[in-house]
Amino acid sequence: MMVMNMVTPPPDLAAISVLQSKLVRALRPILPEHALLWEPEDTIPYECDGLAAYRRMPLAVALPETEEQVAQILKICYAMEIPVVPRGSGTGLSGGAMPLAQGLVLSLAKLKKIISIDPFTRTAVVQPGVRNLAISEAVAHLGLYYAPDPSSQIACSIGGNVNENSGGVHCLKYGLTLHNVLRVRAILMNGEVVEFGGLAPDAPGLDLLAIMMGSEGMLAVVTEVTVKLVAKPKLARVIMASFDDIEKGGNAVAAIIAAGIIPAGLEMMDKATTRAVEEFVHAGYDLEAEAILLCESDGTPEEVAEEIERMTKVLEQAGATGIQISKDEAERLKFWSGRKNAFPAAGRLAADYYCMDGTIPRRHIATLLKRIQGMEKKYGLGCLNVFHAGDGNMHPLILFNGADQEEWHRAEEFGTEILEACVELGGTITGEHGVGIEKINSMCVQFGEGERESFWGVKSAFDPEKLLNPDKAIPTLSRCAEYGRMRISGGQLPHPELERF
Amino acid sequence: MGHSNPQIDSFREQILSAAKNKTPLSIEGGGTKSWYGNPNNYAKLNTCSYSGILEYQPEELVITACAGTPLKEIEAALKEKNQVLAFEPPHFGENATFGGAIAAGLAGPGRITVGNFRDFVLGARILDGKGQDLSFGGKVMKNVAGYDVSRLLPGSLGTLALLLEASVKVLPKPAATASLRCQISQEKALKVLNEWAGQPLPLSASCWIGSDKGGDGELTFRLAGAVAAVKAAMPLMSSLVNATELNSEAAEDFWNDLREQKIAAFSHLGIDQTLYRLALPAACGPISIPGASDEIVLEWHGQQRWIKASGDEATFQTIKALATSHGGHATRFRQGTNIDPSHQRFTLLSEQAHSKALEAVQERLRSAFDPAGVFATKRLP
Repeated sequence: MMVMNMVTPPPDLAAISVLQSKLVRALRPILPEHALLWEPEDTIPYECDGLAAYRRMPLAVALPETEEQVAQILKICYAMEIPVVPRGSGTGLSGGAMPLAQGLVLSLAKLKKIISIDPFTRTAVVQPGVRNLAISEAVAHLGLYYAPDPSSQIACSIGGNVNENSGGVHCLKYGLTLHNVLRVRAILMNGEVVEFGGLAPDAPGLDLLAIMMGSEGMLAVVTEVTVKLVAKPKLARVIMASFDDIEKGGNAVAAIIAAGIIPAGLEMMDKATTRAVEEFVHAGYDLEAEAILLCESDGTPEEVAEEIERMTKVLEQAGATGIQISKDEAERLKFWSGRKNAFPAAGRLAADYYCMDGTIPRRHIATLLKRIQGMEKKYGLGCLNVFHAGDGNMHPLILFNGADQEEWHRAEEFGTEILEACVELGGTITGEHGVGIEKINSMCVQFGEGERESFWGVKSAFDPEKLLNPDKAIPTLSRCAEYGRMRISGGQLPHPELERF
Repeated sequence: MGHSNPQIDSFREQILSAAKNKTPLSIEGGGTKSWYGNPNNYAKLNTCSYSGILEYQPEELVITACAGTPLKEIEAALKEKNQVLAFEPPHFGENATFGGAIAAGLAGPGRITVGNFRDFVLGARILDGKGQDLSFGGKVMKNVAGYDVSRLLPGSLGTLALLLEASVKVLPKPAATASLRCQISQEKALKVLNEWAGQPLPLSASCWIGSDKGGDGELTFRLAGAVAAVKAAMPLMSSLVNATELNSEAAEDFWNDLREQKIAAFSHLGIDQTLYRLALPAACGPISIPGASDEIVLEWHGQQRWIKASGDEATFQTIKALATSHGGHATRFRQGTNIDPSHQRFTLLSEQAHSKALEAVQERLRSAFDPAGVFATKRLP
């Protein structure tokens, strides 16, 4: 991965060291020795999350083992006015768990018990550090599973999923974390325990559970989650369709939805991606295709047969040049292997890649892909395009060499231009990875001053002192003003030698 | 932020003058649900003049419309493209509006399988209590930029902001549906419905009507999905409970009438009675309410229950305590004409374990959007 330092003012090392000793002294009585880290060699693994370009060392890292300890830590930090950055598995891709130099990292990784599973009510109560996939594994013998399946599901935690409102390949049919969580138990910054939602529908008052979803660790620290479990489909089959034109591929996606079908998964890869992954996984992809669509159907055998037949017809009418239908589970997984391995395949093509996460209305897929082709020339960098086409969420992977500072800046510029195109096409800068620290400037583009002020109002309603992950997701007024000046004045942009239009 | 127009300017003027005079405004659409929630006598802000579908792209599965758009106009536009609001919001009258349905946040029979109104809201344009024109969310299904403010509006009963426009996710109409009916005890019905819900079966809705004192009642359940799925599940499920299929017209009428509370079990609310709504966890078995009228209605596999009983405050307290002890909550949904309208209609946050501290959060949240209390009607506490 790339290694890069953020440009931050030089920290006052003496002041930090005093604050650190004070914090460690205050926390030591309530935590076992191994649960509190402050020596640099112990805290360095926490200097970044899955977005390694943004790093910073925290004052200390706490790894509580009980909810009571979480509450005590928060009370102490609240009293000392020390900001807290909550952290799950650290797989986030937007720097949402990047430490603050004068703050504590609060890792929930040790709260990883599955508290209860109830097949009759189709629910499980889990601690925040439980891995997404571990829930489905624990209930598989009951014929149930937890539906949202972000690509990082082997490692990412449910607490993190709540804070990012994670989706996954199957969210078109089965919904996001929002749709699959009934209740969240959490602790406010002042140490108060609260519960959002409930096992009964439509909890009293405003729907505060909804606002907790995707709140990027800024409103409350999650200590327990009650998830919905759903019946595991008996069968799944996937259609792999080739198109000789990106536009036709994009139109085929719209045609499937318009035909009244909600596929279990609907993914698209461009030619560059197909070629990169084929070399890696040997799945037998059509290397001449400009776009490949993967369309999955799940359910009872009768249901799947009916849906596959309907989808095949639509794809043929949309001009597919080749159609293959998985014959068995092994072949289904083979067809999917390329899509699932797009990231590692990108890693073979270039020293580093920068993953974007915009969402656009489905009908603009081809428009955006064509624009990205133009940007590749403009910035002199390659880009692989993989899409959750069913919901318009795209993950362009910009290839670059992180050892070259100038190339990283070009990659950042490239990424920013993609996000601005997403907003312009009626979409959003982030579909599922969150704003974090990475896209905080793009928030100035997507939202006006009034909206941003309202976001601060929401933040203050939960955390009036602004101590919980305070530097993430919502830009301040002055930050946006500065960003605006930088964007407008062409001369001040990095790399004025680049062609911009 | 969208473009301004005379209607929106007039809404803003009303809001600003209410803020200045410190007199709240009661937001109203078609007035079909004016009986729902805590009543007030504040001046009305009527949204009906701001009407129309702004964008509807069937292949995007999203419709965007103004708050004052008649709900039936929205449903008719969707029907033309074979799509639906899958959570089946009740109208409770000819003039129900899109905005009113969102503010009420109510859902019909399909809610148990597809979710409620907030699950389908993708974005909203509002005027806040300062008259600011703000847009949150968008028109795409996956969007985590900024807090999900638009999802706070469903069920807020006009106590947070004035909704101008909303984008809502729609779904294709299921390829096939079938409704079946049998006689079965409440206990058995709750058991079989929850067991089915945990299996890969196309169960989409259920309703049990009977006595809360025991004995068999009438269970109606609906299957929806692919033609083959419904066809395969029907014999399997009907043989288990000895059910027979309703003809499609009777079935459609039944689910519509249930949603609109026009079936016999809802009629004849006495002048001293209240229709209580209980929201309960799936684990909750049959419960008996002292003094309740004989016939009760269970929807959502038992998670929503309707009970007619005396409207006095002591009865509501008993029902609330019972619901809360099972992890649920209760609402005075409709009231007989003799009932004191000033009684609190809802279960309060402070009456539930671990949500007391949220009262202060909710208060601060409301004042962030509405510092002068323009929408502070307390219609939703």
